[in-house]
This record gives sequence, structure tokens and C-alpha cells, in this order.
Amino acid sequence: MEGRAMPDTSQRLNVTDHKDVKVIDFVDSKILDEANIAEIGLNLTGLVAAKDRPKLLLDFANVDHLSSAALGMLINVNNKVKQQNGQLRLANIKPQILEVFEITKLNKLFKILPTRADALASY
Amino acid sequence: MSPADGRRASGGKRGGPKLGATGGRSKASVKMTIASDYADAREVQRLIREEVEKAGFDTDTQFAIKLALEEAIINAIKHGNKLNKKKRVHVEWRVTPEVAEIIIEDEGPGFERSSVPDPTHDVNLEKLTGRGILLIESYMSDVEWSKGGRRVRLVKKNPGFARGAKSA
Repeated sequence: MEGRAMPDTSQRLNVTDHKDVKVIDFVDSKILDEANIAEIGLNLTGLVAAKDRPKLLLDFANVDHLSSAALGMLINVNNKVKQQNGQLRLANIKPQILEVFEITKLNKLFKILPTRADALASY
Repeated sequence: MSPADGRRASGGKRGGPKLGATGGRSKASVKMTIASDYADAREVQRLIREEVEKAGFDTDTQFAIKLALEEAIINAIKHGNKLNKKKRVHVEWRVTPEVAEIIIEDEGPGFERSSVPDPTHDVNLEKLTGRGILLIESYMSDVEWSKGGRRVRLVKKNPGFARGAKSA
């Protein structure tokens, strides 16, 4: 992207703590651009590494589009969470995006819940 | 158009994507040649998406085309041309209310479609890459690989047209 600034968690991700769960909202509606994906991946793996047995919830409410590169990034984050004996949940995925997870069978790999409340109750 | 300095072009005459319509009939195809550059790729995708929207494709079909187009162009730039900015990606499209047809050709070594592993297989499920082709083929009505994998033709029919929803 032209004139992109340095990576900054606050630009692409909103992170809030709900008890011991880090809830992460994607700010962008499109997770397509390679540089954005790399930036988001770095920020997420940073959050994972910061704590033993991390609990993360990715809220997709804002996400309208994502690419296979974004899926790869999410798998990488999932692997890191597992290495740290943590738990990752995905929630609020719009039907069109959920279909992408179903086609790629990644709905078998990730724990996907309908709402944020469902996800928070699932740890 | 963003990278219009033309310095990296091997031919010397280029300056950003080249656009040209073929023929003067009602619905001719549009051809565009871009460098292996993500900004150029976004621009050509935007042009195609605009035509798809204008042609009256429903939102689900627009989503499908956007997704497949993104994957195919990124494949051409990254895996085909290996991000070599001297190599180009040739894009040709024709969008009617009935069907969108997009051809993308890179200048890379090509690949053998049948040798691409199934990313949905259990042993491949945690691999970080290899899902682009699956998504392209899942979302399009027809996908044809040719020229040793360097060229792909994407076809998406407009389901609304068949139902007579659009009668401009």
C-alpha cells in the first residue's frame, strides 16, 4: 500500500481484555493485502508470545473479504497458540467468509463459534 | 496509476498498466498488461469489479469473482513471476450481464495443475499455503489452465441473468 506507516497494532487490530481472554477485532473489512496480512500476523503472534497459555478470541464482525494468504496467517497464529498450550477461538464470521473456511475445511482446524458471547463462554 | 515511472520496464516505453479495448462491437474484451506489482494488481482488480457490479451480478457472485480474481492475480505475480518486476501479467476480461470471463497470464515457468496437493486433505490442513487454486476453482463456474499453467481463464456465470432478473 502506498505510504504505509510502520506496523502498529492499534491501526489494524483492536485488542480488549475480557477477564483472561484477549479479544481482538479486525479493523479492516478486507484482509487481502500482503503487507497488511504480514503486519496483522506479527501483531497476533506477538500477543500469543506475550503470555503462557494464551486465550485469544478473533472477532470477524468487520471482515468482508479475506484471501488464502490471510488463512495461512491465521493457521500460523493457531500453531503458535498450540505451541504455548493456549486456546484460540474465532467468532462472528459472516456467512460468505464462513463459506471460505468450509471450502478449505479450515472449519475443522479452528474452533469457530457464532457469537463473541458464545466464544467467551467456551474457554 | 501508481508506478508510472517506467524505469523498471524492460521495453523502455511502458509507464504503468497498459489498457486497450479490442474491437468496436458492443461487448469487446479489455486487455491490460501490468508489472508484477501489487499496486498495479489492485488497480486492474478495481476496474474489473466495477464492470461486474455495473453488469448486475448479485453480491454473492461479486464476492466470488473478487475472491477468485485476487487469488489468480496474486498467484501470477508471486508464484508465476516470482515478484520479478521485469515480468508482466497480462489480463483480459469481458463482462456481460450474463457472464464474466477473465484471463490472466504470467511470464513464469508455469506449473502442473494435477501435481498441486489437495489442501483439504488432513495431512495438508495445517500448511500455510496452497489454498488459492482450491478457492478459485470452488468459486468459479469454469476454470481452464493452459500454456503449461501460465494462463488461467476464469468464467463466472451470473445466476441472476438466468432467472431474467436483469433485462437492461
